[in-house]
Amino acid sequence: MKIMVCPLNGPRPVSEFAYGGEVRRMPDPDGCSDAEWSRYVFDRSGSPGKKYEWWCHTASGFWFIALRDTALDEVLGTFPAETVREGMPPS
Amino acid sequence: MYRLPADSAHSDAWIDRARTLAFTFEGCDYTGFAGDTITSALAAAGVACLGRSFKYHRPRGILSFANHDANVMFQVDGVPNVRGDVTPLAAGMCVEAVNTFGGLAHDKAAILDRLGRFLPVGFYYKAFHSRRFAARWESMFRALTGLGSVDLTAGRRATPKRHGFCDVLVIGAGVSGLAAACEAATAGARVALADESSRWGGSAAGLVTLAPGETEALRNLAQRVAQDPRIERLPQTVAAGCYADRWVSLVDAARLTKMRARAVVFATGVIEQPAVFRNNDLPGVLTATAGVRLTARYRVAPGRRIVIVAANAEAYAACRELLAHGVAVAAIVDLRSAAECAAEEGLDAYRMNRDDGVQVLCAHAPYEAVRGAGGALCGLIIAPLLPDGRIDAGARRRIDCDAVLMSVGWAAASQLLLQAGGRTEFSASLQQFVPAELPAGLYAAGRLNGVFGFAERLADGRRAGAAAAAHAGFRAGAGAGAGAAQTVARSLRRPSHPFPIIDHPGGRNFVDFDEDLQVKDLENAVQEGFDSSELLKRFSTVGMGPSQGKHSHMNALRILARARRLSVAALGLTTARPMYHPVAMKSLAGRSFVVERRTPMDAQHAALGAVWMPAADWRRPEYYAVAGETRAASIEAEVRAVREAAGLIDVGTLGKIEIHGPQAGEFLDRVYTGRFSNLRTGMSRYALMLDEAGVIVDDGVVARLAEESFYFTTTTNGATTVFRELLRLNALWGLDCSLVNATGHRAAVNVAGPASRALLQGITDVDLGEPAFPYLAVRSGRVAGVAARLLRVGFVGELGYEIHVAASSGAALWGALAAAARPRGFRPFGVEAQRMLRLEKAHFIVGQDTDGLTDPFEAGAGWAVHMQKPFFVGQRSLRILQKRGPRQRLAGLEFDDPQRLPRESHLVIESGEIAGRITSVARSHTLGKGIGLAMLRPDLATVGRPVQVRIDGGDMVGARVTTTPFLDPKNQRQTVAAASAAA
Repeated sequence: MKIMVCPLNGPRPVSEFAYGGEVRRMPDPDGCSDAEWSRYVFDRSGSPGKKYEWWCHTASGFWFIALRDTALDEVLGTFPAETVREGMPPS
Repeated sequence: MYRLPADSAHSDAWIDRARTLAFTFEGCDYTGFAGDTITSALAAAGVACLGRSFKYHRPRGILSFANHDANVMFQVDGVPNVRGDVTPLAAGMCVEAVNTFGGLAHDKAAILDRLGRFLPVGFYYKAFHSRRFAARWESMFRALTGLGSVDLTAGRRATPKRHGFCDVLVIGAGVSGLAAACEAATAGARVALADESSRWGGSAAGLVTLAPGETEALRNLAQRVAQDPRIERLPQTVAAGCYADRWVSLVDAARLTKMRARAVVFATGVIEQPAVFRNNDLPGVLTATAGVRLTARYRVAPGRRIVIVAANAEAYAACRELLAHGVAVAAIVDLRSAAECAAEEGLDAYRMNRDDGVQVLCAHAPYEAVRGAGGALCGLIIAPLLPDGRIDAGARRRIDCDAVLMSVGWAAASQLLLQAGGRTEFSASLQQFVPAELPAGLYAAGRLNGVFGFAERLADGRRAGAAAAAHAGFRAGAGAGAGAAQTVARSLRRPSHPFPIIDHPGGRNFVDFDEDLQVKDLENAVQEGFDSSELLKRFSTVGMGPSQGKHSHMNALRILARARRLSVAALGLTTARPMYHPVAMKSLAGRSFVVERRTPMDAQHAALGAVWMPAADWRRPEYYAVAGETRAASIEAEVRAVREAAGLIDVGTLGKIEIHGPQAGEFLDRVYTGRFSNLRTGMSRYALMLDEAGVIVDDGVVARLAEESFYFTTTTNGATTVFRELLRLNALWGLDCSLVNATGHRAAVNVAGPASRALLQGITDVDLGEPAFPYLAVRSGRVAGVAARLLRVGFVGELGYEIHVAASSGAALWGALAAAARPRGFRPFGVEAQRMLRLEKAHFIVGQDTDGLTDPFEAGAGWAVHMQKPFFVGQRSLRILQKRGPRQRLAGLEFDDPQRLPRESHLVIESGEIAGRITSVARSHTLGKGIGLAMLRPDLATVGRPVQVRIDGGDMVGARVTTTPFLDPKNQRQTVAAASAAA
């Protein structure tokens, strides 16, 4: 089983974690068009690469952001969830 | 085959002639010695035929004698799939061959060998291509195929699993593996050393013709391994699979070890490959290493007159080993030209000719093995091999022999390495796949790595061991010598022949011994278009038998390469998946451990006769069974009790969450469709949660306890995921509030029914009367002496109070309520009665009456949505959905005939088209009607509209769209009925 390093709890088996989807920037609901909003809600890029993702250590309920190479299934780094509010650096 | 006599020159290292073990094989009595395997004991007794082949039922014997003889799998004392080549002999064993009809010697299915032309490659696919005869084929195949029989009455066997941890795991304890383990331990690493054999040394163990220095080196390494406390020794342990992050499953007879290593050294070696020629599957034709192991370890000579088919130096080493044990070798038939032989084995070939009387025939190939009277091998027909690779069949001649040993090449045992994410490439000079690129922390050593010399393997093992230890954080001190060497000394000679495959017009030149595949089968498959290695494997089943291609893969690739006029390197290996070696089901089976949550009142429900149902992780009473009463009658009585008097239901499985902080109200405004920041303290409100697409995902009740404190419930099913998502949203938005999951901390009971106030008032200090405790109010106080929070709710449509207490007080609360209720004839009620009660009120259940596309307008919950709020999850999508209009509507139905009701998910049909589906349905005794909810096409969802529903069997039943709720549309029972009952 894979080991994932939780920034709060250290290395733990991946079965203790829940995936929360790719980090996406929500467009301004009042400013965007219907089409823009639909794209935000429904469109996901499945292409492999380095992606920022939400991960939760379920035993402690701790959410964080992981930069993961989805082609190699390799976590390249983790970030506090607050980082999302400023916007993630380019991956 | 026969047992060599006891010999003062060679000790019987692996067998003990003083201890004789009696056993039976196919009903006949035999004896072997302690230390024998089943196969070696039978071989010593001269039994050549040990099984029948899978397809043609041809007699088969030893091939590899290395834990992957698929044709020598026995049924021993009723246990199938016992590998004779490695299973130690025990006194009293009852051994049977498998895949025979009427015994090994007179297998009735042997006729299939002559019907071969009716069994073409891809036979199964072709047979099942037409459905007409599929059933007949299936029953025939099921009867004919399969190895061994399973005892269906066998009990459950618990096999322990354990977690293991080490710095360096070394897989394979041959020369390089031992060296790697010692080197890593020297560097200070905790080492685990696993090998499928019971002894250390790998293929070199037990040989008498090693050079003196080699024997000593091997002995020293084995001794070191036996004594070093930093090395965990795991003999008779198969590394079955490599998974992510260096997680290796190790299987032994007693347990499964889940080994987590910081670094792994693969020293898994190579597997000897058979030569492919006519009748190469006759008992008596075996690999050279098999013959050497039989002789050196078990003192069983493969024959009295042996021919070695050779294409490498190992053939000559094997010959020397046999001669040293006093076993006669008649000839060595070498596929290589005289020039090649002279270049690589010159001295050896010459000496064997001169000193040992072994005739060496260069540039010759085996053409056909000859079966004599009684089926035994009696000779080998050989023919000159021309420089262009063709056979000069006209010049063939016969050598009499009773055993043929094949030493023509190897296949790297790289399966585990590939599973672990390693990449291999084909080396044309070695004619072997060698590791090309390994992920961090993985190392290969020894012959797997293309290193064949003894001293070179030692050095390569030390190199890999040192590198693995360094990866794990242990660097050897100044004293470490050869471990520092970083180069891999791959063999300069060629250990494997590029094409040890000899065509024969008569066929029966087997490539895959598990699946009975001949050269022409693979060629035909390629011709039919299955011309990539993956397609060829699936169509022909090559490599899909019990040995998983360990003997067939390389030769199949060579045949495919020739047919396509490509190089082996251009084709590539098929994917290697776990398990590397067959693993017993008992090692894989878990302990049937099911996570089930129970509320604090669980024992009390059981005592009341609860019939359980699963609800998320919980078990909940579906209803309470009463002796002499049917299920339906019990549920009906529970419903009636709630409508006419009062009932109790355990609702402790609901998600229960607290939120505190200055922005708690704003947080709830953002996650729910309603407005909560303006909720008065001491009041509660229905809450509906959507996802970003505007789809209903959960609902519950939010109560405001104080200015900055709320307590709210979620559905039982949604409790875990909703709380997790709320935590994420809180982390995302960074509002000044925090969430506490109180689901397990709190027990909860709903007391509902017109008499609930009277029942409860006697045991609480909270004033339950109007207007002190109005509908939807929340109050704190004591119930039955227990600190409690009371919510006046109405899910079942009656005056009702949800009482929330600490989980530790749950049993006391239930006990007090039950004691107060019993004298009045009130009943506890289960989930089924609650579903009935809420259906009469047309309250939808998220996930049952709604689905993954239902928005609140479609579900008739638009009243709970405050679109004018600045933001809530799903709001923007609802604006789009509102413009578009509903695709469906949840509507109430009243059925024409309450005795003939549809079931959930039955379809509403309009003019032959699907126009909706039933989401809930029940016969309401309160109303004396059949009622239900349905998702309908919007144009049908008008009151009074008749609809048709197709039920089981295709019949149609009628229904009419009605107003909802079905019962008490003005909600008077919440107040008026309560008042009158209390009066």
